[in-house]
Amino acid sequence: MRPPEPAQRRVSLATREALWAFAFLAIPLAFFLFIRIWPAFQALWLSLFDWHADPSKRPFVGLEHYEQMLSDRLLLKALQNTLAYTLLGVPLQLLLGLGIALLLNAVTRFRDVFRAIYFAPYVTPAAAIAWVFSWMLSPNFGIVNEILSVFGIPPQPFLTKPSQALATVTLIVVWQNLGFQVVLFLAGLQNIPRDYYEAARIDGASNWQLFRHITFPLLNPVMVFSAVIGTIGFLQLFTQVVNLNFTDQGGPLGSTLTLALYIYQVAFARFELGYAAAITVLLFVIILSITLVQLRLLSRRVEY
Amino acid sequence: MRIVLLTLFALWGAALAQGQITITYWQYDFRSKVEAVNELIKKFEAANPGIKVQHQTFPFDAYQQKVASSIPAGQGPDVVNLFYGWLPTWVKAGYLQPMPAEYTKVLDSEFSSLAQAAKVGGKLYGMPTAVRSLALFYNRDLLNAAGFKTPPKTWDEFLSMAAKLTVKDGNKFTQLGYAMAPDGQDHHLVREVLIRQFGGRPYSDDGRKVLYDNAAGLKAFTFYTDWLKKYNVGTLGNQFFPGNNAYRDAFIAGKVGMIIDGSFAIGTIRNGAKFNWGVAELPIEKAGARKVNYGSFWMHGLTPLATGPKLAASLKFLEFLVSEETQRYWLEKVGELPARKSLIKDPKLTLDKVYGPFVISLSYAKATPFVDEIGQRKVMTDAINRVLLENKDPAESWRSAAAEEQKLLDNFWK
Repeated sequence: MRPPEPAQRRVSLATREALWAFAFLAIPLAFFLFIRIWPAFQALWLSLFDWHADPSKRPFVGLEHYEQMLSDRLLLKALQNTLAYTLLGVPLQLLLGLGIALLLNAVTRFRDVFRAIYFAPYVTPAAAIAWVFSWMLSPNFGIVNEILSVFGIPPQPFLTKPSQALATVTLIVVWQNLGFQVVLFLAGLQNIPRDYYEAARIDGASNWQLFRHITFPLLNPVMVFSAVIGTIGFLQLFTQVVNLNFTDQGGPLGSTLTLALYIYQVAFARFELGYAAAITVLLFVIILSITLVQLRLLSRRVEY
Repeated sequence: MRIVLLTLFALWGAALAQGQITITYWQYDFRSKVEAVNELIKKFEAANPGIKVQHQTFPFDAYQQKVASSIPAGQGPDVVNLFYGWLPTWVKAGYLQPMPAEYTKVLDSEFSSLAQAAKVGGKLYGMPTAVRSLALFYNRDLLNAAGFKTPPKTWDEFLSMAAKLTVKDGNKFTQLGYAMAPDGQDHHLVREVLIRQFGGRPYSDDGRKVLYDNAAGLKAFTFYTDWLKKYNVGTLGNQFFPGNNAYRDAFIAGKVGMIIDGSFAIGTIRNGAKFNWGVAELPIEKAGARKVNYGSFWMHGLTPLATGPKLAASLKFLEFLVSEETQRYWLEKVGELPARKSLIKDPKLTLDKVYGPFVISLSYAKATPFVDEIGQRKVMTDAINRVLLENKDPAESWRSAAAEEQKLLDNFWK
């Protein structure tokens, strides 16, 4: 004779489902905590020490690394550059993404073909893109300068001149990200109900008015998402910069150096992991504060 | 299950009885080197049945990162391959242990004097299998076509040849006399070769003071930047040709008369160049003037993970890697010059058309004492680029480079 199992019987189906859900949610949560959050705190801790391979020989230096930042010329350069990349790249990326999405939304034929073409760069490895661009932009043998010469413009050094390199890298990154932006905006556009436009047209609204009062406000969530993701992406820019000038990474003359690349160099060329951790904390604070500001500014509820 | 366990125990017992030890060797991923080491390990294991060597490689740009993260976790290599320029940084951060004292004697008496750079603070931290130096690679076909029968011996000859070999079509270059590469090997050329040729010294003997901020240093620096500004040797390699190592690729493509490169480039050029090319010792100021060269090497060091019986096994493997036998094999297989004096003197090597100029150069080559290889390279590259790309005053650019590099040195040695 089996004993009764009262405890299990009394749990309702809904509770049991919730328990299962929590159990499954716990796995990604644990992953997030241990793989993402915990190392972030470790970086904070590490930034207070001088690095040595043997943990017992790591002297505590307190905030010395944060003081060191104040007189670090290269760090300042990396900060300025990273800011410039973001200020140039994000708006450009949003504008072009939205523009192309609007055009694609207006056509009914071959839309998928166009979308695939725009999306292709996004899934191409950055190193391959860097290689191809360094060929296309070459002053002597590149197709871009070949085209410019048709218009009588002298060959431009693009990646090899400090005054042009940062803008050139930004354009390459924007080009690479464009497909992703287009897909996002296209999805946003297709979520706007047709009846809004029909109703407005009956009221005699112009195309610009349709865009200004219906499309733009209703795209706001996509816009916020794009801006935030784009900003984080540009603030963490690394791979393209590394590969576009492999023998003088971040050059020429530090003109393309980014914070992420500088952190990498401090950590793995100078082996100053404590100082690198301190700069990581700085980058973390910058990303967190910019993202919070963006979310506040951009996601205000729009009246319509 | 029981059978598996029993087998495992039996194997373990056998291993214990034999004193079986496994050690790990790391290097970066370079095909000919990886193949050579795989062969060498087979030979070594056959001669030392108690020792197993695990060979692991990583892409060059991830290599130091792997080392930095693995050793503190106790997972990394026992014997590790590293560039001599990284040594002080690695030692300071605790990634290497000093070699037992008796190896110092061997290094001092049997190895090229370049290998002295494997010491930090008087202690030896490893030994090289091979060394490298710089020389002038020239496109014999282009030189002959321009009416030159031999490569340049002095800088004057070099400059007049380079000017004649530079071809422009409108405002584009179609051929360069010399492909300048500040971030290739030219920063070494200025620092180790030109400064000394013009009567200066780049650093103090202990490597802690920058000494090039004087008339000789500035003369060397201006002389180099004038190649582009005054003597019309062409343009920067990377403004001429796309890609990484643009100067070398452009030379291999047959569009450059001369480049200065290391002996490590021999293989790439030999495989790629579809024309007659040659190698010559670096030009000098005038006949009979002082010869100087830059030498460098990759060395094998012991990490703190090699302890107890693993230490003895690791030392045995390291000894094998730098033995005469291995160095001879390395030259054939990888094409790098042996680090042992006895092998460098071999007339078969000094008379070789390609290796000869490099081997002869080794006898008067010096190695820069780097404490922050990327940082110090950047100081020199930037100094040159400020003049060539931004038209800054050479004297001012040179002075600030010296100050910057001194700051890097002070920061390291403080």
